[in-house]
Amino acid sequence: MNRMTFGGLTPAVSLVGAMAILLAAVSSALVIGETVIPLSTIWNVLKLEFGYSAPQVNPIDQGILWSYRLPRAILAMACGASLALSGVVLQALLRNPLSDPYILGLSAGASTGAVSVAILGFGAGVLSLSGGAFIGALLAFGFVAWLARMARGEGASSTSSLALLLAGVAGAQLFHALTALIIAKSADANQARAIIFWMMGNLSGSRWPDVYLAVPVAALGLGIIFSHFRALDAMTFGREAAQSMGIRTGAVMAVLIGTTALLTAIMVSLSGAIGFVGLVIPHAVRFLVGVRHVLLIPAAALAGGVFLIMADIVSRVLIPGQTLPIGVVTALVGAPAFAVILVRSSRAHSG
Amino acid sequence: MRIQVENISVSIQGKPILQDISLDVASGQSLALIGPNGSGKSTLLRVMAGHIRADRGQVMIGRERLTDLSPRNLAQRLGFVSQEASTTDAIAVEDAVKLGRTPWLSLLSPFGRQDRRIVETAMAEMAISTYRNKQFNTLSGGEKQRVHIARVLAQTPQIFLLDEPTNHLDIRHQIAIIDWVIRHKSTVAMAVHDLNHAFACDRVAVLHGGKLVAFGEPDEVLVPEVIERVFQVAVHPNFAEQLNRPVLAFSKSAATP
Repeated sequence: MNRMTFGGLTPAVSLVGAMAILLAAVSSALVIGETVIPLSTIWNVLKLEFGYSAPQVNPIDQGILWSYRLPRAILAMACGASLALSGVVLQALLRNPLSDPYILGLSAGASTGAVSVAILGFGAGVLSLSGGAFIGALLAFGFVAWLARMARGEGASSTSSLALLLAGVAGAQLFHALTALIIAKSADANQARAIIFWMMGNLSGSRWPDVYLAVPVAALGLGIIFSHFRALDAMTFGREAAQSMGIRTGAVMAVLIGTTALLTAIMVSLSGAIGFVGLVIPHAVRFLVGVRHVLLIPAAALAGGVFLIMADIVSRVLIPGQTLPIGVVTALVGAPAFAVILVRSSRAHSG
Repeated sequence: MRIQVENISVSIQGKPILQDISLDVASGQSLALIGPNGSGKSTLLRVMAGHIRADRGQVMIGRERLTDLSPRNLAQRLGFVSQEASTTDAIAVEDAVKLGRTPWLSLLSPFGRQDRRIVETAMAEMAISTYRNKQFNTLSGGEKQRVHIARVLAQTPQIFLLDEPTNHLDIRHQIAIIDWVIRHKSTVAMAVHDLNHAFACDRVAVLHGGKLVAFGEPDEVLVPEVIERVFQVAVHPNFAEQLNRPVLAFSKSAATP
């Protein structure tokens, strides 16, 4: 590792490659939709929007591209990257291959927090919605971690997957029930329908203000998580081993779980609870670049972003004339992948 | 580097686990910690490693109080091989050993030539260089244990703490590890179950119910009077000419039903 290589590629080559993949994904998201808009039109719209001279384009195309498809693609990228990063962190810290913000109930907690703000009206505006989601995510994690510890009992293996997963199920169900209660008690029919659609994971309403919140948060999360790559590596053999390698495990866990809760909360408040990205992407990326976090973290952020852009495209074209909630698409890919990971990890434990 | 344990007492949830333990291991010497299950060996090692804070007493690392050292500075001086270390990750042997360099690296001081040399030496010393690219989880118990020790060797500490390093190993690998402990010039404290392995160390400490009941050279401590009382077995020492030391055999104690 004295010369850093990315699967045999130099950093410069892999950075250019990553940018190319991202550009290709965003371009596809701009081209594909109910109307196909050619790349030349996209190029002209971008030039016009940034104040360069370009041939005039159809204002409807310009509106679709600049006000809908581009912010939506960028938001999908930020969400996908954030969820994948959260999965990487949770899987490393909890030493459990099945961890992700959705399965551990963080997303459910964030939904409850966001809905409390939206319906019960603890303040208004996008930031306080996110603030509510953040508090909800932290409460959910605290509840799940406490329950897992109780269920596991003393002296049992700290890698017990089952206790954590069951606690996650319980936490998610509890927070879903709370959300449902708030909706049933306080929301009118239109609100209820909108919230249910949003909770399934939805990028339909994406606008530029969402992008201005999501991108800085995702970048901040990436920065914080990447700066802890050695600590995450050191957790490979458990918390005690990390501690004996000089890692302040308590402080690292507090910072990184706080970061994960923040990423999950912001993304849930903007696009609803999109499942399985945080679970599947880290596994796929580990398969490609290995388990060292110096590669895993940036690669997972990239892959998560690209994956969600692609899933969004599929959600728009799968049924003509109708947009599926993106959470449905990620679940269709993710649930079978979850099953595969579950079988493989339980074999690894027994074998 | 010397490690001293001074009047250490530890209670966990109101239950006394260690009571007023004092012992020390001189620089370059080795200590065997023995005692029945639950006698406090692992707890004492964790106190010495700084993982458990003692209610009373202190641990001195060289001339410094353990609690005055940052986790990083402590890890540069002291390495701990626990029994708990395991992983589900598909990590290669070489990458696992490289983790040992963690306390010496930071974002601004990345893995360098000297780190590489230290990792190579550690793998060579544990004879694992040939399977550096193998997955850790495909290794046998003995191989895994050697990887863990190589990882802690790469940490280049002057004090090693080993919690039952010969557990689950076949006799050849047990002997190899004990032999390494004796030859290595660092300070070593290890918990062992096989009392015959304890003869190899410079000092032996016997824990019983959280108390230190004997501490001294193997010949003074590993005698039937002490062992029979602590372990509730009958001891039959035989002198082995080739080893130039007694070898202990055990049977059920006549005193206990």
